[in-house]
Amino acid sequence: MPAPRPYTLVAEITYRCPLRCLYCSNPVNFHEMRNELSTEQWVRTFSEADDLGVVQVHLSGGEPVVRKDLPELIRHARSRDLYTNLITGGTLLNEEKLRLFRDCGLEHIQLSLQDTDRKAAELVAGVRSYTKKLEIARLIKQVGFPLTINVVLHRLNIEHVPALIAQAAELGAQRLELANTQYHAWAQENQTALMPTRAQLDQAEAVVLEARPRYQGTMEIAYVKADYYSDYPKPCMGGWARNYMVIIPTGEVLPCHAAHVIPGLHFDSVRDRSLTTIWAESQGLNAFRGDAWMQEPCRS
Amino acid sequence: MATISEQQMGERSADASAIWRPRLSPKARLRWDEVEKRYMLVFPEAALMLNETAPEILKLCDGEHTIEGIVDSLVQRFVGIDREAMKEDVTGFLTRIRARGLLEG
Repeated sequence: MPAPRPYTLVAEITYRCPLRCLYCSNPVNFHEMRNELSTEQWVRTFSEADDLGVVQVHLSGGEPVVRKDLPELIRHARSRDLYTNLITGGTLLNEEKLRLFRDCGLEHIQLSLQDTDRKAAELVAGVRSYTKKLEIARLIKQVGFPLTINVVLHRLNIEHVPALIAQAAELGAQRLELANTQYHAWAQENQTALMPTRAQLDQAEAVVLEARPRYQGTMEIAYVKADYYSDYPKPCMGGWARNYMVIIPTGEVLPCHAAHVIPGLHFDSVRDRSLTTIWAESQGLNAFRGDAWMQEPCRS
Repeated sequence: MATISEQQMGERSADASAIWRPRLSPKARLRWDEVEKRYMLVFPEAALMLNETAPEILKLCDGEHTIEGIVDSLVQRFVGIDREAMKEDVTGFLTRIRARGLLEG
């Protein structure tokens, strides 16, 4: 089966991050994975992604702003006409960096917020960050970026959804993503503290459904349900290894950011092989395609 | 904080062509796709492959043109097109992408 065309590259350019979020989706052993790809390796990877048909790159992490070569990576992505989005916690940004990123061609910023309550937000983020993040949200708008705010929901903030919606609108976000915690990696370690009740989830969803029409045309509100309480698990991002790929800081190409914990799969690094070869031949990616993995009689 | 009441929304859809002056969201960009040789609309959450007329509609979503204005411009450009059918297409397309947060106003 020929490899499908990928559209989206999530480039996790570093696992380093000044925040210590309880629900962090980075692997629990990320401190052992310090051997990050170089600027040249990312540049080559973006070029190869473009050649494969990728149209957008999400610069993510960790905190991507810790990398000194971020302006260069943005510039290269745009020189390849890739739609370029920065996914950030915001605490390392300032006006000068935002203007520089804009001049390099960055097109959109997704900023994470933790809560509307300062104490609760900083408890979850593990560091003082609340005021700085709000200041950065305002600067992002002032410098002229379209802004998405995303908030990971859990037991401690899910009852603040009405206030989170009002806050995002006040900050001028054109999209708010309210995503329930996915319980793997650090979130799984901290699951007892984070899991909301069914009643909390129902209430949050009702609030979102009620708010959506009021904000139509000004702010889109996306709500990602909690797997634990859905009727069926979500399909794998609607396109793992098919129209979507994640490259982690050390260069391995994954179908999603958590796939390295799946036993029996091997993922190749762009250090060793070209992205074009990996996309077509990777055992770990091909495991998510077609039906060769199925046992009889299901396959026929 | 700008909000639109449901009543205004109702008025808008009932008499959309008179007052609606759509503007493409600043997060969305028209991009020529070399692989499929057609335009796509790219934004952070996805990319939409467009047919021949959609990019022409989107280029007129500048916050100035009304729906009628967009339709007039397209009817002039694509000779032999039925105006009412075109208006229906334009309204349908813009309503769909507006629901995805791709239009302001």
